[in-house]
Amino acid sequence: MSNLNIKIGDLQLKNPVMTASGTFGYGLEYADFVNLSDIGAIIVKGTTLHHREGNDYPRMAETPSGMLNCVGLQNKGVDYFCNNIYPQVKDIDTNVIVNVSGSTPEDYAECAARIDRLEKIPAIELNISCPNVKDGGMAFGVTRKGAAEVVRAVRARYHKTLIVKLSPNVTDITEIAKAVEDEGADAVSLINTLMGMAIDIERRKPVLSIKTGGLSGPAIKPVAVRMVWQVARAVRIPVIGLGGIMNAKDAIEFFMAGASAIQIGTANFIDPTVSVKVRDGINQWLDQHKVSSLSEIIGTVD
Amino acid sequence: MKNLTVEEVSFPHQRYVLIKLTDQQPLPDILPGQFVEVKVDGAPNTFLRRPISVNYVDRNKNQLWLLIQLVGEGTRTLAKLTPGDCLNVVFPLGNGFSMPTDTNCDILLVGGGVGVAPLLYYGEQLKDKGFKPFFLLGARTKNDLLQIPLFQQFGEVFITTEDGSMGEKGFVTNHSVLGKKAFSHIACCGPKPMMMSVARYALANNIPCQVSLENMMACGLGACLCCVEKTVKGNVCVCKEGPVFDIRQLTWEL
Repeated sequence: MSNLNIKIGDLQLKNPVMTASGTFGYGLEYADFVNLSDIGAIIVKGTTLHHREGNDYPRMAETPSGMLNCVGLQNKGVDYFCNNIYPQVKDIDTNVIVNVSGSTPEDYAECAARIDRLEKIPAIELNISCPNVKDGGMAFGVTRKGAAEVVRAVRARYHKTLIVKLSPNVTDITEIAKAVEDEGADAVSLINTLMGMAIDIERRKPVLSIKTGGLSGPAIKPVAVRMVWQVARAVRIPVIGLGGIMNAKDAIEFFMAGASAIQIGTANFIDPTVSVKVRDGINQWLDQHKVSSLSEIIGTVD
Repeated sequence: MKNLTVEEVSFPHQRYVLIKLTDQQPLPDILPGQFVEVKVDGAPNTFLRRPISVNYVDRNKNQLWLLIQLVGEGTRTLAKLTPGDCLNVVFPLGNGFSMPTDTNCDILLVGGGVGVAPLLYYGEQLKDKGFKPFFLLGARTKNDLLQIPLFQQFGEVFITTEDGSMGEKGFVTNHSVLGKKAFSHIACCGPKPMMMSVARYALANNIPCQVSLENMMACGLGACLCCVEKTVKGNVCVCKEGPVFDIRQLTWEL
């Protein structure tokens, strides 16, 4: 057994496998399939200060090796999370991290401050990259100034581990990563979905209700690996890699590119037990290659 | 999640395949109206699982039946399965049809096209619990009618076809039985326009009515929020809070 422990800020992970926000519910939806405590961290659904209904149906389109979604941050708001969901997830024996979204820096900061009070939530992931709502943060995530502004507002009111999730829909992702590092982010996670579109040629209309959506799944993996590699060389804070990871081999690629931990997203829809299989597969790979600690392979590709 | 074994594959019609699956262990309890999510291997453009309603559960043979319309690459790949093959299935999912309490009531199950699939198991379960179900099944032509002799084992069957090649000509809502008999419950599964007109009939006649929806899904577990339907409670997941809804919960313009 290799050592899979990883530290992200003050966050201690028993293994580097996290489940990505929006793909694993609150964890509870998957409790029949996996032992939740086997997962390094569960990042729960995007949470906003106020309740959001999300976008109209259809919200999903299957595409080659992936899917588009435009859910649009449907959630019942941070107070509902604190009062109704938190009591159900606080005793899960792993890190439960809340993904936070908003439309203004003040919204983000207020939402984060309310989660800061929850003893058993050791970290948040700031979503400055949702492509599916007009006011949902991607506007912040695509400029250095916007990204810095949100992180500064949140950092002032949030005192635990702060992860910032970056958008790939930018010219130079390293510029954004450096900007959020300068404002005190403890880690960055990347990539969020790539903006895409699908057209129903018989109806001559977009498949998705809001026309465009975020592309996820193995189709985006090479883009994600490239961006993780670029960012890992540009910042000193840990990088969490995600984008199309389906198995342990995919995960190892991200580690070699420079990720200290990884997230599994869309793959959860195809195999609800995949997160634990990836953890086991990483272990096996390290054993087979006589690597005693995961940290030995992180960022080993120049 | 389980790997089930394919025991039988048959083609009731060239556009439909019936796959009978079994397991070494007894199948779990499955409610009529629940569905499964099937992993499709060997189809390069089929990335997500395919949600398929439970057509029937044969407890004696420990068999789960899936009646599938061949629509695209995913379903056509499933049709190539042969006995002995394995199929990875996440099940049972969703809420299922509700059982009325009074066994003296007359329940009408209305199905159109491949939407008849879950009604076979529902009909069997109703009969098993002492109810007397009636079936009203519609299709384009007589060749599109599926499993009629099986339905007849569980209750009286009324038929409509759009071309009049079997039963009464027209849509299910045109069938004369609706004018003759007072049903106390209706359950419906089929194309949305059909379900809407059945819902309209039920509402006009003050009959409780359940419909089974088939919005496009990804996870099947209520996690991804892709398959939502607008309801009086807001957007809810069809995979988790459905697929069966009381029409009064929906916001359809009837």
